[in-house]
Amino acid sequence: MNPSVVRDLVPAVIGVLVRRGADFASAEDAVQEALIRALDAWPDDPPRDEKAWLVAVAWRRFLDGARAEASRRDRELAVDLEPPADPGPAADDTLRLYFLCAHPTLPAAPAVALTLRAVGGLTTRQIAAAYLVPEATMAQRIRRAKRRLEGLPLDRPGDLATVLRVLYLVFNEGYGGELDLAAEAVRLARHVVGMTDDPEAAGLLALMLLHHARRASRTRPGGRLVPLAEQDRSRWDTGLITEGVAVLQGALARDRLGEYQAQAAIAALHADAPSTDETDWPQIVEWYDELLALTDSPVVRLNRAVAVGEADGPQAGLAALAEVDPGVPRYAAAAAHLHECAGDRVRAAELYAEAATVAPSVPERDHLTREAARVRAT
Amino acid sequence: MKYLMLKHYRGAPTPGGNATPMDRWTPEEVDAHLQYMTDFANRLQSNGEFVDSQALSSEGAFVRNDGEGRPPVTDGPFAETKDLVAGWMVIDVDSWDRAVELAGELSAAPGAGGEPIQEWLEVRPFLTGVPTADG
Repeated sequence: MNPSVVRDLVPAVIGVLVRRGADFASAEDAVQEALIRALDAWPDDPPRDEKAWLVAVAWRRFLDGARAEASRRDRELAVDLEPPADPGPAADDTLRLYFLCAHPTLPAAPAVALTLRAVGGLTTRQIAAAYLVPEATMAQRIRRAKRRLEGLPLDRPGDLATVLRVLYLVFNEGYGGELDLAAEAVRLARHVVGMTDDPEAAGLLALMLLHHARRASRTRPGGRLVPLAEQDRSRWDTGLITEGVAVLQGALARDRLGEYQAQAAIAALHADAPSTDETDWPQIVEWYDELLALTDSPVVRLNRAVAVGEADGPQAGLAALAEVDPGVPRYAAAAAHLHECAGDRVRAAELYAEAATVAPSVPERDHLTREAARVRAT
Repeated sequence: MKYLMLKHYRGAPTPGGNATPMDRWTPEEVDAHLQYMTDFANRLQSNGEFVDSQALSSEGAFVRNDGEGRPPVTDGPFAETKDLVAGWMVIDVDSWDRAVELAGELSAAPGAGGEPIQEWLEVRPFLTGVPTADG
């Protein structure tokens, strides 16, 4: 039983129930319960038709719930118990599901959780484990998200940008315990690209592929960070890089540049280079300029300063850094690197030490502590 | 029984033995320290004694309520004199003696010169959620 095949079925099954008249929230609950039963029963007793099995079990579960609710409220059951034969799956239904789950009225965490469950076909337990919260907490987060969406129509196109943002958040989480959230994000991004012409969707997929391709080289066993200059490029997945570049080129050809396409272009230039020294840094700086024109983000400005340092020398990099708000995350780390390149090892060591105290993650903190020690030792 | 082992930035009653800050150690000393911490956690996991471990950012603030309709008051960033938690480990062990033994091991993590840091760790038993038969 291939988990990703089963997960692919979940949004389609929700779509079937909704077309039969179930409300989204009850349909999604019913399908989740069917999924959990499937994961338990199928290894020993695989069904002939997996989708039909899920539909049958979910529909029965939905009816049980609807009858109980109807009798509790002493109302007529509003659903046709003998539904017509199901039409084939509609790609539109699934896209609308993405729009609903990533609805702009939802804060990020509930949108992510609901997307991973209803669209991603993951169980509450898996999502809770991935985000290190108790299962009951995650279940409640999803319940409340659906309550906020009550009454919103499923039949209007929504905001693709929020869908892309949710997928980007999932991708950035990386590994969540046993769940490879980055891989899940790639899978969902592929679906979205299959359902829409928007070049930013393609840009996001390209960015993910180009980033994901280089993942193995970014950490040593035990989680220790490896800086770009030291990464073993032979461990980069050339298949994913080739695919990412192709997807990006297709997007750029449509001449509607957006943030994800620009970020993907930078990632492509890194992925294309045999080493950091042979990287086309001036081109990367130009892409950062494009990105700044699109977003004016201080984080982008910081990353651009580092790229300027590589393209035009550390003094130029430091001059660019002077225009960045020092409150931006990783500012001290960038400053440390540039000062070291400029030959000021004392200042670099101080800055690495400072950066370590404000690092947002343990691997970064440890890496920056090592860098401070390394620079002091020479 | 669950215990919390709290690591502070300054240790407790008297300053810890080996107090050179980590960014002044050699790279090998940093590696040895980080490896020791990883090995310790792995040992606890394979013993079935590990529950949780978290490191805290040094940023943040003290916060208190300031009355109806008013925003909470924040008191930060943390001054060095405040006894600040750096992180914690939660263990689930058979006895207080075992908790003490483990805290002793954690306190022996090597620092500058490869010498055990011997910092004070704060060890606190969890209150249980419900009364236990023998508690």
